[in-house]
Amino acid sequence: MSLTHAFFAILRRDLILALRRRSEIANPLLFFVLVITLFPLGIGARPQLLQAIAPGIIWVSALLAAMLSLDSLFRSDFDDGSLEQILLSPHPVSVLILGKIVAHWLVTGLPLILIAPLLAVFLGMPQPAIGVLLLTLLLGTPVLSLIGAIGVALTVGLRRGGMILSLLVLPLYVPVLIFAGNAVEMAGNGLPVTAQINILIAILLLALVLAPWPTAAALKMSMS
Amino acid sequence: MSLSNPVLQAMALSCIRDDRVLFSDLTFALDVGQVLLLEGKNGSGKTSLLRILCGFREPDAGRVCWCGASINDSQYHADMAYIGHLDGIKKELTVLENLNVALALGQTGLYPLANALARVQLAGYEDVLVQALSAGQKRRLSLARLLVTKNRLWILDEPFTSLDKQGIKLTETLMTEHTASGGLVVLTSHHDLNLSGVDVQRIHLS
Repeated sequence: MSLTHAFFAILRRDLILALRRRSEIANPLLFFVLVITLFPLGIGARPQLLQAIAPGIIWVSALLAAMLSLDSLFRSDFDDGSLEQILLSPHPVSVLILGKIVAHWLVTGLPLILIAPLLAVFLGMPQPAIGVLLLTLLLGTPVLSLIGAIGVALTVGLRRGGMILSLLVLPLYVPVLIFAGNAVEMAGNGLPVTAQINILIAILLLALVLAPWPTAAALKMSMS
Repeated sequence: MSLSNPVLQAMALSCIRDDRVLFSDLTFALDVGQVLLLEGKNGSGKTSLLRILCGFREPDAGRVCWCGASINDSQYHADMAYIGHLDGIKKELTVLENLNVALALGQTGLYPLANALARVQLAGYEDVLVQALSAGQKRRLSLARLLVTKNRLWILDEPFTSLDKQGIKLTETLMTEHTASGGLVVLTSHHDLNLSGVDVQRIHLS
């Protein structure tokens, strides 16, 4: 069968699996919503402060929610041997893995973007900033999945890889956090954000092109 | 595809695990229509050897060739199929969905899906979730995966585990047919292999 067929077969398979194991979708989303709703309670009745730190709160929560969901990317496939079959496919493994990453983003990243406007209003974020927030999430969360995949692929063979995974992946998430958070803050102050958005687009394209290869190689290493 | 003989060649393989030499200087060659049976007690390196043949593990010395080329070639992956200890079947998917994924990952083989399922006596289970199947039925589903995709080399790790007598006989028949149509089989097994008219090579790992 052709490579596109294989790509979409993997994508479809992972989406069906996610629908049948709903906790995988609900978990990161619930975490995201809970963390953001807890902030106003912790800070107290200071809407000015809340409004000022809203971009940071939303982005840090999104980052942690993405981290939380990473382990499910390859875990079950590793445990039941499906990953072996994927690696033995004559198709390029990196493309098949990209199918898995896209499915993972659709299941864990996209719901965050859909719920984010509500939470932004909740934190009192100004109108122009909300649009930019959505744009940065749309550009940034796929990067989180792509970069995270490299980390998970390296640690999936370890019994307790969670700690190492955070240490490996979080530093690589920092550029996305800085540029996205900054863009939202600038937009809130009515300043242009083209530069930050362009950099986020560049990071996304770079991750899209470069991340699947090390992920495939790392998975092969984890297999031995 | 070149027809240089022999097709699968292992040269001076050795495997070391945790400072223990499992085997060393292991050389064998397998030709079209032949079966290689690996024997040996638990922990003697049978599975390690199979994983080397799959390319999951690098041999500590020596190399494996398929049709004269390295097994890192994508041609090798198009020609081989592996059933390991782990079934590689998603239990949340139905029987048919599992086979469709296997088909998409490989190349279309001789058997249409329905025929393959009938052959392994899983007809009527198409829309059943795999988690509802018994261990033996899951093994049968793995066999169906071999049938729906096109592979010349089957690498089977303990294929008879959890199969009933009928299932064992079926597996043996499928292997006989596979070798008769120009295929090769490498397997490990503790069962006595009963393949009539098939050239079986045995390697005893100790």
